Amino acid sequence: MLVFTTVAIVRLRSLFAIIMLSGIYSLLSANIFVVLDAVDVAFTEAAVGAGISTVLMLATLGITGHEMKQRSKKNRILPLLVVTITGAILIYGTLDMPAFSDATAPIHQHVAPRYIIDSPIEIGIPNMVTSVLASYRGYDTMGEVIVVFAALVGVLSLIGIREAKVPPNYAEIPARPILQVMAKFMIPFIILFALYVQFHGDFGPGGGFQAGVIFSVAIILYTLTFSQYDGMRLAPPKVLKVLAAIGVLIYGGTGIWTLLAGGTFLNYSVLGETSVSGQHIGILIIEFGVGLTVATAMMLLFFAFVSRGENNP
Amino acid sequence: MTLEHFNYWVVIFLMMAGFYILISGNHLIKKIIGLNIFQTSVFMLYISMGKVSGGTAPIAIEGVSNYSNPLPHVLILTAIVVGIATTSLALALVIRIKEAYGTVEEDEILEMDQIADHGEPDSDDSTEGDSK
Repeated sequence: MLVFTTVAIVRLRSLFAIIMLSGIYSLLSANIFVVLDAVDVAFTEAAVGAGISTVLMLATLGITGHEMKQRSKKNRILPLLVVTITGAILIYGTLDMPAFSDATAPIHQHVAPRYIIDSPIEIGIPNMVTSVLASYRGYDTMGEVIVVFAALVGVLSLIGIREAKVPPNYAEIPARPILQVMAKFMIPFIILFALYVQFHGDFGPGGGFQAGVIFSVAIILYTLTFSQYDGMRLAPPKVLKVLAAIGVLIYGGTGIWTLLAGGTFLNYSVLGETSVSGQHIGILIIEFGVGLTVATAMMLLFFAFVSRGENNP
Repeated sequence: MTLEHFNYWVVIFLMMAGFYILISGNHLIKKIIGLNIFQTSVFMLYISMGKVSGGTAPIAIEGVSNYSNPLPHVLILTAIVVGIATTSLALALVIRIKEAYGTVEEDEILEMDQIADHGEPDSDDSTEGDSK
């Protein structure tokens, strides 16, 4: 399935169809991640790849125009040749790799057993992905949050947000009445689900990254079905910008707090009475910081893209 | 022997398809989609390596001792979110290019650059540098 979708993306010329197919591609790859036991990853891919990135691409498409121009047939052999040779070399490389799903492969021998055996005891939460993400490799995750924040700053300085000043005419019959009613019905459930994913991430799949994206989807749905003016009145970009920065500060601040409490940077064991309860508090706080930054960053990115096009609602 | 690397081969096919779109495409948005396909295939490579036969998802349950490797999952989870952030940055650049040049077709942009530089051959295009 994935292969067919990819071939269609290579062949197609209509960009609208390509973007829709790439959304389907993301959803299919999320299914593959579930089959390969990576439930947290599948969750993120479905929310980000099939949701947010499709919306952002469509918003860009609204600005740049739908059709690709017919291009000449020249220069098709050379890229194909380069790609074939690179692919052949990579396939030759895989011949030396351990067999797929082999439990004795080197990747499973070094740090992984430590995480699998000790993390439920040391950190006290069953989801190993969350404990590695938030506690053992807390530095890396802080870096990732800062990267998201930096990309947000980059997009805002490149295209900025044009705040909608003119309110829509509420006396008119809305253009999409059925969608609006359905959106109103679904938004509370989306937000509830986002909060569940946020605070249940220790036990089941989920966490700050996924929850942030799902939360922002609720606001994006509202803005898409109503209007930019309504969306920005509900979530004012000025407030969102401050909240995005606060999310990063919460994460970094937790690190400073652990330093002041006598531990090392981001070692949550010193926060609680026992080391396990300290880990719980620390993970809860930094996941909240992650969720806050990701949710506000996604909303701001969306606002920046839709407010740039003149024809968007 | 023959099928034990099949997963990796599919990954490589997807990777190369994304690579092909990236180097042969002319439209900047299509190039970004190619880059995304390439990126997702790398994710799949990592997740495939973390799979253990007979293992379950790495969430501790009583009575289960065989879990898949959680470490690649953590790496890829954050990589996806960073991926959307870099993609949005690339799309923002595309919008600025559209506003500055009036087109998002690469050869037209290159042509305009050459005319601006008095017909110097091989002028550089700065739009491809959205590195991962």
